[in-house]
Amino acid sequence: MTIDRQTMEVDIACVGFGPGMGGFLTTLSRAVVDENGMPLLESSSMPGMPLQVLCYERADDISFGVSGVVTKARSIRESFPDLNPADIPMTAEVSHEEVLYLLDPLGASRRSTGIKAVDMMAGLIADKDFSCKLPYIPPFLCKEPGLVLSVGQFTQWVGSQLMASGLVQIWPGMPVNEPLIEENRVVGIRLADQGVNKDGSATACFMPGMDIKASLTVVGDGPVGPVGQILDRHFGLPKDNHIREWAVGMKVVVELPESCTLPAGTVLHTIGFPEPEIFGFLYVYPDRVASLGIFVPSWFDSPVRTSYRYLQHWMMHPAIWKHIEGGTLRSWGAKTLGESGKRGEPFLVGDGYARIGEGSGSTNVLTGSGFDEAWATGVQLAEGVIELLKAGKPFTRENLDTAYVGRRRASWVDKEADQAKKARDGFQKGVLTGLIGMGLTGMTSGAINLGGEIKAPHERIPSLEEYCNGRIPTERIAEIKKESVSRGISMGDAIMDELGWPQIPLDGKLLISQQDALLMGGKVQAAPGFADHVDCLDPKLCDSCSPQLCVEICSGQALSYTEGGGMPQFDREKCVHCGACMWNCTKPLLKGQERCNIDFRGGAGGSHSAEN
Amino acid sequence: MTGGFHIVVCGSIVPDPLQTLAPMEGPTGPSLKNEMMLPAVLDPWAGHALYEAAHLAKSVPGSKVWLVSLGPKAKLQQLMMTIAQKVSFELVVLDGPAGGFTDPCEVAAALAGAIEAIPGLDRSRLLLFGGCASASRDAGVTMQMVGEQLGINDQFLGIDELKVKPDGSFTVLERVEGGQYQSSSCVGAPAVLAWATGNLTEPPNNPQIGMMNMRTIMPALQKAQPAPVGASGVTYLNVDLPKQQRETRIVKDMSVDDIAQEIVTWIKS
Repeated sequence: MTIDRQTMEVDIACVGFGPGMGGFLTTLSRAVVDENGMPLLESSSMPGMPLQVLCYERADDISFGVSGVVTKARSIRESFPDLNPADIPMTAEVSHEEVLYLLDPLGASRRSTGIKAVDMMAGLIADKDFSCKLPYIPPFLCKEPGLVLSVGQFTQWVGSQLMASGLVQIWPGMPVNEPLIEENRVVGIRLADQGVNKDGSATACFMPGMDIKASLTVVGDGPVGPVGQILDRHFGLPKDNHIREWAVGMKVVVELPESCTLPAGTVLHTIGFPEPEIFGFLYVYPDRVASLGIFVPSWFDSPVRTSYRYLQHWMMHPAIWKHIEGGTLRSWGAKTLGESGKRGEPFLVGDGYARIGEGSGSTNVLTGSGFDEAWATGVQLAEGVIELLKAGKPFTRENLDTAYVGRRRASWVDKEADQAKKARDGFQKGVLTGLIGMGLTGMTSGAINLGGEIKAPHERIPSLEEYCNGRIPTERIAEIKKESVSRGISMGDAIMDELGWPQIPLDGKLLISQQDALLMGGKVQAAPGFADHVDCLDPKLCDSCSPQLCVEICSGQALSYTEGGGMPQFDREKCVHCGACMWNCTKPLLKGQERCNIDFRGGAGGSHSAEN
Repeated sequence: MTGGFHIVVCGSIVPDPLQTLAPMEGPTGPSLKNEMMLPAVLDPWAGHALYEAAHLAKSVPGSKVWLVSLGPKAKLQQLMMTIAQKVSFELVVLDGPAGGFTDPCEVAAALAGAIEAIPGLDRSRLLLFGGCASASRDAGVTMQMVGEQLGINDQFLGIDELKVKPDGSFTVLERVEGGQYQSSSCVGAPAVLAWATGNLTEPPNNPQIGMMNMRTIMPALQKAQPAPVGASGVTYLNVDLPKQQRETRIVKDMSVDDIAQEIVTWIKS
């Protein structure tokens, strides 16, 4: 059935408002009019008017992004030379950095022989809090001088300035469904249908998603954004590139107790616990508030890698707990991080479109830095766009390649990304190899790397029986599977209990249940009238899937087992749109294909916390 | 009727409903902790009033809707990114606090002054809309006082339904005690209609409406007049959270029957 859709013409349509888009719109908006308000860049869609630039963000507010950030802030400071961190809430200059190796005080984590050897050596010099401070932070990891900030507060600060300029429009709460592609040219975007049921069928209030036609579509919808995904499927990826490495970042914002002496700007990085593969961070903001959390990477080969429980065990590690005990949880959130870096770079431009930010492969996987790089790519595209507009040149692939990609290739972003390209390959063989590999890459500026075959996540996940071999009897695993599926709950908790992880002593204040984290921390909500944005492409593939890693990893417990098995159930009101379900799906849609069985689309709602 | 209504909606921001609110003593008096960092939404009752106003304006040709908002300019601007996509209106901004520590009388005076200054507003066709109360600001008295200051005698509070006849007269259903409605008739504008929830769902986001609204919203924000309606001259003896607040209790292994029983007990209490 053909749906009659309204169409609107603009000059530039933008998808997603994150750091990359912030850089793009900030730079572009400064060139649109002169000091008297006269158009310097005229609209072709509305002759006589300044350039018409619209940005659509799926979250319900521009401040609902999730990420605690430590950044060198090179590109940010270039855009705002007079930047005063005090002007941005929850922002501070980096004052002190430490990397801590955390021993396992519980004896519950899975540690290889190599890690055990490291534990033994670290144990000799470890503090009473089961941590060992690394005596030296390699320069490539060091963020001083830099900033710690909340991405939500930062985007709110940037977005407010952009909106006050009146030169660009940013519309939150408006998911983009797909790019409009005509004969391999992107001609705009289609917004999500509204007034529909969960399955997308029309209700009495049906309002078809509008087609926004634009001569340039700027795609900055992040690592799991629907527009980026569709472009990747349509145009493919450059030769030898692939997007196979990911991580879930799960974090909390905590009001620190008065006893905490960590000064604002303190940065702690941790390795070693709760599992050797899981990294942690703690950044201290002004006014005794901290952002802290963990990264659960795709090469942590656990079929039940349940982030929330791991986050709580990490928080309770003595080296972290001593700082936060007695504090209050203020916010919680989760997001997927694209960890493929330069190797995951898509085609950056094509006829009518350009890609910026994390989804364009800008994250530096050696330095663990993505915020600054994303902003820089936005600036680079804006400079190229201004150049093309002034020259009256159309947004063809060739012109964008020269004006944008040329700038990007010549910049520090690309040069450093090249050096970092193979930095994490060693993690494919194990944590220790990975850490050594990163060190070598960093110390030799990318000349020496420890290689490893990069497998897609679904190719590396062992069965639960393999994962628990020798630690949990297969009969007990079978019982857990049966009980979890019948109760519709994930297996992660039961498995961790069996593996010796103690129960979390919930206190309703700092250690709270996952559902309370959704409400009290993330303030997660979903407006009615939008379709479910998580679906299974081939439900039959789910029949033979156990454990269903999409359920296990789900940051908001929005996915749950269906009684009797089969396709998991999805509760949109719990979803934080982290997208982890998509890359944790263990069933390729077709054998040998990269695409898995979870269809993760653009959807409304999610976190309503501005502090993440 | 000829010419349609001039509908002025009074409405401002409140913190997003699930935020954790903590009153504190700030440098200029009581305020909410991290108020400027918290996401804000249009006050729910005012939101219903705005959507009803837009619906009415659509059905009565020649009608026009203004939204008069008293709140921190920066937060109002951010709110407009969402609201302006939903219905057409012209914005009038008063830059002042909206955190709950304001005097309704002062707020009403500021709103009435701003309404009187709206160019082209025909007071004989004026329907003054707003919420019957505010989620943060008052005890349900502000709209009454705005109406009094504008000399509007016909006032209806707690409205869920408005039916306009072709001659401009209308009937309303007002909420009264005991879950009952009072049905009233009015010969027409001017009148104050302070809404409860109405019957309309939140309109979808419409990009074209957003584009249209933005042409007037940004200039209105730039022209915002300061409204000193804070706690100046007022002494607050005590500031505390409402008694009804979320309390997390961790209960394990509770049976479904016990949960149901507890809910029933809570409802009965």
